[in-house]
This record gives sequence, C-alpha cells and structure tokens, in this order.
Amino acid sequence: MSTTAATPSTVADDEGRAAFDALIAADGRIEPRDWMPEDYRKTLIRQVSQHAHSEIIGMQPEANWITRAPSLKRKAILMAKVQDEAGHGLYLYSAAETLGATRDEMVEALIEGKAKYSSIFNYPTRSWADVGAIGWLVDGAAIANQVPLCRASYAPYGRAMVRICKEESFHQRQGFEILLTLANGTPEQKAMAQDAVNRFYAPALMMFGPPDDASPNSKQSMAWHIKRFSNDDLRQRFVGMIVEQVKVLGLTLPDPELRYDEETKQWIHQELDWVEFMDVIKGKGPCNAQRLERRRVAHEDGAWVREAAAEYARKQQLKLAEASGKAA
Amino acid sequence: MGAENQINDTNATGALQEDKHAWPLWEVFVRSSRGLSHVHAGSLHAPDADMAVRNARDLYTRRNEGVSLWVVLSDNIIASDPRDKESFFESPKGKDYRHATYYTASEGVKHL
Repeated sequence: MSTTAATPSTVADDEGRAAFDALIAADGRIEPRDWMPEDYRKTLIRQVSQHAHSEIIGMQPEANWITRAPSLKRKAILMAKVQDEAGHGLYLYSAAETLGATRDEMVEALIEGKAKYSSIFNYPTRSWADVGAIGWLVDGAAIANQVPLCRASYAPYGRAMVRICKEESFHQRQGFEILLTLANGTPEQKAMAQDAVNRFYAPALMMFGPPDDASPNSKQSMAWHIKRFSNDDLRQRFVGMIVEQVKVLGLTLPDPELRYDEETKQWIHQELDWVEFMDVIKGKGPCNAQRLERRRVAHEDGAWVREAAAEYARKQQLKLAEASGKAA
Repeated sequence: MGAENQINDTNATGALQEDKHAWPLWEVFVRSSRGLSHVHAGSLHAPDADMAVRNARDLYTRRNEGVSLWVVLSDNIIASDPRDKESFFESPKGKDYRHATYYTASEGVKHL
C-alpha cells in the first residue's frame, strides 16, 4: 500500500468529506467503500465490535441453564435463543469487518480482555427465573436500544440490526412467558420470579449507558446519525414500557422511588449505581473473569477443528488443481 | 490515508483482504421462495465452499428464510467504484422518455 500520509488532506479527501457531509445531512446511508472520516470509522468499529462481543458473551448466562431447563420445550426454546445470540454476534462481526477490522483481531481483543462488552452479562444467572428476567428485561432493553439502530447511518450496521431486531422479539416474549408462568405458579415459584426481577431491574436500566451529561461520545454519535436518541431518552421509554408490563406479570419493580412526573413528563426512578456500572465494565463484576475464561477455552478447544477444516480445504484445492493439470 | 488506498485494499463489501491462514470471507445470497431472485443476505467466514453453504444455512436461514443459497468468495465480486456515482450512472438522467410516466397525452384512455 502506498501512502501519501505526508499530505494530510488530499483533493480526494476533500471531495469525500463533502460527499459524506451531504449524505449525513440528507439522512442518507454510508456504504463500506464510501469515503468516511477516520473518527467515524473508529467509533463504528468500537461500537459494532463491542456489540458483537456482547452477543457472544451473552450466550453464557443463559447457556448456563440449558441442561437444567424445566421441560424439553423450554430447553429447545432456550437452545434456539442461544443459537440466535451466536448468529447476532456473527452478523455484527461481519458488519465491523466492512470497516476494516479483521475477525481475528476482534476475537483476540475479546479473549485478551482488551475489548469491552455489555456489563449486564457479567451478572450471574442463579435460578431458572433469571432466564425469564433476562428475556423480558435484558432483551427488552436491548430492543429499545436496537430498534433506532436499524436506521444507523452506517448501512451494514443498520442492516445487521434489522435482522437482529426481527429475532429479538421472540426472545423478549419467551422471557415474559417464563416469568408469567412462574408468577402464576406456587408461592415459591412466584417468589423466585420476583427475586430475578429484583436483581435484573437496575442492571437492565444501566444497559442504556451513563446519564446524558456523563456520556461524552453521545453527542458526536447523534450528529453522525449512528445514535438516534440519547441514553436517558431510551431509558425513559423502556421504563414506561416495563411499568405496564410488570402489572400483567403480577410482580413489582424493586424501586420505591418510581413514579411518573406529570410536570416534566419524565419517569423518576431510583439513582442508579454508576460506580458499580464502571467497575463491572472495567472487569470487576461478579462474573467477568469466568465469562472471558469460558470464551478463551472454547476458542482454544475449537482451534484443531478450524485448522483441520482449513487444511482439508487446502488439500481439496490441490487435488482439483492436479486433476485439471492432467486433463489439460 | 486517501480514499484510493482504502478502496484498493478492500473488496466489494469493504472488508480487508484476509491473511492466508484465516478462513476466507464469503458473501451469501438467499432465494426466499421459488420464483424470486437470490438476494444478498450478508457474509461469513468458512474454509471452503461446502462449509460456506452449511454455515450460511445455519446463519441466514434459521427461520425458513430461504429455499436456495448461493455463496461466492467476497474477493471474486467485482464492484463498480463508489466514486463513479456521477459519471458512471449519469446517462439515464435526462432520459425521462424511458419511463411510461413521460407520456401524458394518453391519460384517461383505457387500457393504455
């Protein structure tokens, strides 16, 4: 690759920037081979790869219950859901690759603990009801976050999100159904459902990220039309939805301060523990080490399969080349 | 880095060329039902064509999205240059007479 780095801004750059700015201003979409500012590219690689990592790590808390699902039906559903999460991770890794990141780089960054992923997956799943709470609250928050991302200015990211959002609604409904079944079961089952909601409520609200005044990158992401709504706006919308849904479950949200303020038209909820949030993101959550170790072992255990498949493909190609050589 | 460098080092979907040991990138096309064309669904990594088709089935048709799959090595796709937008695609512009809506004299005439 010949670089002309000595001249920081070329004519092609200027033209590219003008075309990029015009597309963003017209709420258009940026495709992989279009010119884009380096910061836009970097921001997207970071966001899309973190999103992919979250899907991949997100398989673990639920996979924890596959062998202990209470019925064959629930087990089949849970396996399908965990398989979907793997698929979502792969759609997103592909989207990040169109920006110039390589799959190997991203996988390595995750395993080596250099990459971030959603803090929610570092909380343990202690009971079967947690699988329900994850579907209802965690996938619910993810949907609230992801639906606007379908219109992200970077087209491959938006296309991946469209595919993902279609599949997520099944995830949320199956979680809700698990909780509803438990809530209508024995007093012990209902208590188990309530306990799961109690533990996942605050971490789910934190999934939208820090409050707007403490989220420095949000503004630029919104200007670039990657993000469409602020963290607090999305959190508000989510709280408004689950306040109604929890009534159908016959459970309660563990938040004594929760109320709707008519004057500001805002949901007032308890103060979230942002110190805990940052700690969990930085690796000090209850399950961070366990999650990364599991991912590392799975990756290393699979190495021989990847190598064997690559070697088989190489030999098949050699055979093909030899056969066509003889024929000629 | 200039736009030209970025374009020369990437394939049609923008991904960087892979190193020799990694599984190559494939583009996946799905025919959603008989009678329709295959449509680009996304991409994936696989060691060879057979595995690419199998992986594509698992990744892109988990919910009956397709009745037929095509996979093609991403590197084998030849794409037009995105910077050609104007010069390359400009000729149909100003040729409205290629569209039926150009002809208004027949408005109100039945079956025309």
